[in-house]
Amino acid sequence: MWNWIQRFSSPKYFYAMSAALIPWFAISALLIGVYGLYLGLFVAPTDYQQGESYRIIFVHVPAAWMSLFIYMVMAISAGIGLIWQIRLADMVAAASAPIGASFTFLALVTGMLWGKPMWGAYWVWDARLTSELILLFLYFGYMALQSAIEDQRSADKASGLLAIVGVVNIPIIHYSVEWWNTLHQGATVTKFDKPSMHIDMLIPLLLMAVAFKLFYAAVVLVRTRNEALYRDRNRRWVRELIERM
Amino acid sequence: MPVSTMFEVQSLECVRDDRLLFSGLNFSLAESEVLQIEGANGCGKTSLLRIICGLRLAEAGQVLWQGESIQSNREDYYSNMVYIGHLPCVKAELTVMENVRSLLDTRSLTVSDAVIEEALAKVGLATYEDVTGKALSSGQRRRILLAFVALSRAKLWILDEPLTALDVQGVALMESMIIEHRQAGGSVIFTTHHGMQLDCEMRSVRLGGQGNGALSDV
Amino acid sequence: MFNAFSHLLIRDLRLALRNRHELANPLIFFVLVVSLFPLAVTPTPDALRAMAPGVIWVSALLAVLLSLDRLFKQDYEDGSLDQLMLSPNPLMILVLAKVLAHWLLTGLPLVIIAPLLGLFMSLPMEAVNVLIYSLLLGTPVLSLVGAIGVSLTVAVNRGGVLLSLIILPLYIPILIFGANAVDVAADGMPVRGQLLFLGAVLALALSLAPLATAVALRITASR
Repeated sequence: MWNWIQRFSSPKYFYAMSAALIPWFAISALLIGVYGLYLGLFVAPTDYQQGESYRIIFVHVPAAWMSLFIYMVMAISAGIGLIWQIRLADMVAAASAPIGASFTFLALVTGMLWGKPMWGAYWVWDARLTSELILLFLYFGYMALQSAIEDQRSADKASGLLAIVGVVNIPIIHYSVEWWNTLHQGATVTKFDKPSMHIDMLIPLLLMAVAFKLFYAAVVLVRTRNEALYRDRNRRWVRELIERM
Repeated sequence: MPVSTMFEVQSLECVRDDRLLFSGLNFSLAESEVLQIEGANGCGKTSLLRIICGLRLAEAGQVLWQGESIQSNREDYYSNMVYIGHLPCVKAELTVMENVRSLLDTRSLTVSDAVIEEALAKVGLATYEDVTGKALSSGQRRRILLAFVALSRAKLWILDEPLTALDVQGVALMESMIIEHRQAGGSVIFTTHHGMQLDCEMRSVRLGGQGNGALSDV
Repeated sequence: MFNAFSHLLIRDLRLALRNRHELANPLIFFVLVVSLFPLAVTPTPDALRAMAPGVIWVSALLAVLLSLDRLFKQDYEDGSLDQLMLSPNPLMILVLAKVLAHWLLTGLPLVIIAPLLGLFMSLPMEAVNVLIYSLLLGTPVLSLVGAIGVSLTVAVNRGGVLLSLIILPLYIPILIFGANAVDVAADGMPVRGQLLFLGAVLALALSLAPLATAVALRITASR
């Protein structure tokens, strides 16, 4: 069983197998994303309170979900790499970090664009935006540590441990920021914080969430392949690959 | 009655900076044996010693103490081995006496002042007990480490370039310490660039012969 | 094991005391930074009182952050860290000894001088009491969590800014609750919840941080 895992988690095997998967993920992400956006931007009903400007949530909310989801994936992969010494897991973690940071950044920007019509200011210290900002710092810390340590193995292990420590802290940070926010904001709870959303709004939201996940899958495969090629550049399978071209 | 194998290395493989340094390394050590690790610069001698100490993880293979992997046997292994590397481990603000005591404390060894003084005398630091580390030459700092090794009650000595910074008397001292330790039933693994004239039976393992520098595809 | 713990604690304290000139630096930094704020604004008692909890807490945070380097740097550079890792005693316990020494030398002095700073910032008496409690519960967490960061970055050249980048997000919950406790106490309201949270975080940090630090140290040593 262990040998089987070792074989299937070898970068060489992964590189060969992943090539076929990427187009599937990419195309389905595109199709579902376009459909979801269409539903969200044109078909979903106008909001009673906010008019048309609420529609940015169809990008903002899935982006925020992805930022957390990718951090979890990153931490779990790094944990697998740390505990069982599987190099592919380290590569997936390293490949995921910039994607997660980008989604976090997207969530922040769309949140700010949403904030202007809703609260009148581009930035307000509400719970979600503040949490996303802190999450962005956690991503930056991970990426900075990775690039600061020269030895690849140590860099992976060190940033992996940091990611795990971050994962433990995320609930604490989230709870603290929520609590801090209720003190200072009072009861400006928007309709979308509660799960009672109109079904015509919920469906595009979920479709966008699925589309983003598929997009992540496609991009992380591409980036992990790059990581594999770069890290194994001195190994035989990469050199053979280059010679064949 | 075969001599018990106290320490063993099996199929050890070491990778550094994505370069394979050595693989398939096997050797074992019984009591009263001295082993020299030889090899050119950069061939992995220090990495090997650090793997043996458990400070570094090997790519493959295992290190066994009394038949058990050192990962699972850590407390017993560390109680019975001592390691000195390139760095002197001496605190500038502490006196010689305090430095030795501090090194012994991490091993939970309580030793009387008189015993430490005796050991310091043996390594040529007889009147230096209360001199702070700052005032010592690098050769004298290394002698503190020698005193520590002598007092450590370790069966296995792992010495990485132990002759660093030592003068002629220091080298002779190290050699005699190793011979005495061996006679008392202890074992030593060491590396050195200088030639050590050891008046006893000695084996050696040469690195840079195994492995061909190319990493496998897995 | 307890012997090794106490001897290491005493050793670190002794080392710090023999470098007496460096000992007061975090403390001076703390007072200096807090003093900058009244100089930067119109120092009416109300304005100062409003910003006091945040200013004092952030300055304490930064003072601890700047002093974290002392935890492992010297040991790493002279090889003592290797010897600690080769101890038959659990590394976690040795880490705890070093962190305790660090807190006694950095966090505790901050707690002791905090009332003076409360005075500078026009904090009422009830708030100053809570300031002391909150710092007493919070600064050990800063040392414990900071130790994880330092053990990851000790071998990185000029790793000071990297350390801040890694550690400051993790400090945020303590900052939020610590500063809020003082703020709320100044209005005469109960602070039990905030202090309980800080206590809970301290308990969590005491149980998990030494373990994470030990793992991080072994990772750092494996280069």
